[in-house]
Amino acid sequence: MAKKKPVEGEKRAFLTGNEAVAWAALVAGAEIMYGYPITPQNQVMHTWARIIPPFDRKFLQTEDEISAGFATCGGVLAGVKAFTATAGPGNVLMQEPQSMAEAMRIPAVFIIQQRGGPSSGTVIYSQQETTLTTYGGNGEGWRIVYSVGNHQEMYDYIIKAFNVAWKYRFPTYVMGDGYQAELREGLTMYDPEERGIEMIESEPIVGRPGVPGVDRPPAHLVNIYSLEEELYEVCMKYQAEYDKIAKEVKECETFETDTAEILVIGHGAVFRSVKEAVFNMRDKGINVGYFRPVTLKPLDVEKLRECVEKAKVVLVAESSLGQLYRQIRDACYGLTTPIRGLFMPAMGIVSHDIENEVQKILNE
Amino acid sequence: MSAKMKIGKKVPPMPESWYEPSKPHLFCPGCGYGIMFKALGQVVDELNIRDRVVYGIDIGCSLLSYNFFNFDTIQTHHGRTTPVIYGVRRADPSRICIGVFGDGGGYAIGSQHLVNACVRNEKVFCILMNNTVYGMTGGQMAPTTMPDQITATTPYGKKVEEFGWPMQGPETIAAIGGDGVYAARAIVSNFRQLKKMIEKGIRNIMDNRGFSFLEVLSLCPTNWRTNAKETWDYVNNVMTKYFKVGEIKVPEELKEV
Repeated sequence: MAKKKPVEGEKRAFLTGNEAVAWAALVAGAEIMYGYPITPQNQVMHTWARIIPPFDRKFLQTEDEISAGFATCGGVLAGVKAFTATAGPGNVLMQEPQSMAEAMRIPAVFIIQQRGGPSSGTVIYSQQETTLTTYGGNGEGWRIVYSVGNHQEMYDYIIKAFNVAWKYRFPTYVMGDGYQAELREGLTMYDPEERGIEMIESEPIVGRPGVPGVDRPPAHLVNIYSLEEELYEVCMKYQAEYDKIAKEVKECETFETDTAEILVIGHGAVFRSVKEAVFNMRDKGINVGYFRPVTLKPLDVEKLRECVEKAKVVLVAESSLGQLYRQIRDACYGLTTPIRGLFMPAMGIVSHDIENEVQKILNE
Repeated sequence: MSAKMKIGKKVPPMPESWYEPSKPHLFCPGCGYGIMFKALGQVVDELNIRDRVVYGIDIGCSLLSYNFFNFDTIQTHHGRTTPVIYGVRRADPSRICIGVFGDGGGYAIGSQHLVNACVRNEKVFCILMNNTVYGMTGGQMAPTTMPDQITATTPYGKKVEEFGWPMQGPETIAAIGGDGVYAARAIVSNFRQLKKMIEKGIRNIMDNRGFSFLEVLSLCPTNWRTNAKETWDYVNNVMTKYFKVGEIKVPEELKEV
């Protein structure tokens, strides 16, 4: 008998972002979550542990984020959709298993709810895990990172993350922040298959059917190599594969970039304010537009350069001292448009912060 | 089994669970790992569980067994074998998860995983090779290093007042483990006992009873800088002064095995 679906039909709900994460993972077919308490992602675990019994899913609270990450890798290798969630110093500890996931192409899903940093920082909000989440680990950043801006996106992109991870076999991230984690707002919950979204099946990577050495070769999975040349070949192969899939994976959102003299860039929760500010200023007849990266890794460099080239000034607004800014600047190397920053580490940015900054630029 | 491996009539066959193309193996001459692998291979053959085993290994000497066996193998990070294999077991309880690592991986960098896997009674079997040093990284002091032992990081001998006594692993596991935990210490010079303990450790997790832990007193002539005689003397007569060989915690049901 088919198991009861967690969500039937389209359902309006009023949830926190963390609750939306748990429900989205449930409808996406996640079988197990491994997690360790850290604010502001705790409620993901609380919600998951509370809602799973009728649906025969599992939860394990581990001894730290290192083990939560490695156990997630183990669960994925066993052949199920597995995920974990963390934040701040937990995200730092979890870079070790995340690095293994990159090296062994383990399609684990990581939910990051950013908090203040460095160190313990605050438990509240920030965008200071952008560099860590996109490029953390002792590697090259073979990760797919979505930065979401509201609860509907949180829900939609978690469903997408499981599919993207299992399709391309790169670790996949959905990054929010403490504001989004704890804020309650409306969203529509749905079963992805009822909407015609095809869910990709997971499959065992160890423990495939048959006797190893008789019916199939044994799986000997490694992340260490004897020679520089061996690792070089692996790196070049993975990079080529990443570059290839980047074209299909990259996502961005733009508005009035053809006519904008001032192009505002922001991601995640800050994008809400960017959008509001740009709409307000357009109403006042100011020539502004926005570029919003949805995937921070891979970044849609082509579209970004096209937008930046047309603008007279670019303003990057973010709740850090330039973590997205540095990615934007790298991607725009060779273009002459000045790129400015509105940097408010650990602070929320509201629309009038951005409008004031644009006004300053106009007054110069 | 190829003919070339049958050097003489008296050479026993390799266990079926060994992956023949990877032989001769990568471990140093005189290393104790091969003895434990022989016992492990034979037990997996006898229990006929090759298709269910997921074998996890650390960084450190154990990683050299990444293609040693004819069963599914995951090479993890230093100290992280335990969480990877309990992650596998939690996701798919039909798997028989066996982790192998050294005293550094188990008692130093991965000690929190070992302790908590025991406390939660994870149904996995961890085998820890105790050779009193970090082997692969060049013979540094381990939590198991003996008093006055010379290592790369204690060139004048390990001072107990500075660095403490050798870690008592299976005793710790027995002390913190609840019902169903199996904890024992074997020695590579007693093959029959070693094999029996491996069998009990595996049976304990197959019966879904509890966490299994086996420390194996092993050999490292490379880092001990000992000849064959001195090597065996060290493991049999010096190490056993601090590390008592035997079963420390045995679930009732396993006592008859």
